[in-house]
Amino acid sequence: MLFGIYSLVSACLFVVMDAVDVAFTEASVGAGVATVFMLGTLGLTTHREKTPVAHKPLLPLLVVIITGAALVYGTSDIPHYGNPANSIHHHVAPRYIEDSFQETHVPNIVSAVLASYRGYDTLGETTVVFTAAIGVLLLIGGARRKRSDKDDQL
Amino acid sequence: MKQYSIPRLMTKLLLPFILLFALYVQFHGDYGPGGGFQAGVIFGAGFILYALIYGLDYAQQLLPAWLLQIGISLGVLIYAGVGVAGMLLGGNYLDYGVLDTHDPAHGQHLGILLVELGVGVTVSSVMVTIFYAFAGRGR
Repeated sequence: MLFGIYSLVSACLFVVMDAVDVAFTEASVGAGVATVFMLGTLGLTTHREKTPVAHKPLLPLLVVIITGAALVYGTSDIPHYGNPANSIHHHVAPRYIEDSFQETHVPNIVSAVLASYRGYDTLGETTVVFTAAIGVLLLIGGARRKRSDKDDQL
Repeated sequence: MKQYSIPRLMTKLLLPFILLFALYVQFHGDYGPGGGFQAGVIFGAGFILYALIYGLDYAQQLLPAWLLQIGISLGVLIYAGVGVAGMLLGGNYLDYGVLDTHDPAHGQHLGILLVELGVGVTVSSVMVTIFYAFAGRGR
């Protein structure tokens, strides 16, 4: 439930940041389908957690703190949001904004960039989704048939 | 879910509009926000809603698993096929400009439309397939 609310809030945040396409994706995937999948996963699991093998929490804690510190340190290099002097605003973005309509006749620059300029990336993404489905089918797709086989034997 | 008549009725009422909206997002992605991925997710979510309310058996009668498995690979094939078609017509892989001999911009438009269609087909099939896998395992 919290995941869904979180996704919905971040979708609103993306709308505020004028990234309507991203907000659309976040609202439909994050708040919609992912929540259903999450509930489906919860339905498959049991109520109780298996008691883990006893181990000392110090080493994992140390690893987590170091990783977190490295990530926080990394954010200091990220350019400020909305700063017009950022390098992304000077490299390819002006070309997309100025030339994409003449080159593709597609008014939505996001679509033009995704499907045409970055066609390879989107093909890769589609293949990732394809692979995800193959993985899910291999892991839990064939379970029903196996169980009915067992029922037949019994 | 048989005894809950309000969700059943509302689903029946809303489902055509959800699917229509998905198609709108799919084919209007060139002009407004949206595109193949979002449309695929909305289309898949429509069927997931149907399966949640009316049960997995009815949903699988409507959209059988073998059809979805064809759809998963068909979308990727459409996408890659557009690239190969561009190569056969003398351009680079995934260069849509050569798809229309008169006006490269028209070719771009056609290419983007077909590619988004491929993405939409794959994504919607994958969403429903994953849901079937989860829901079918649970019983």
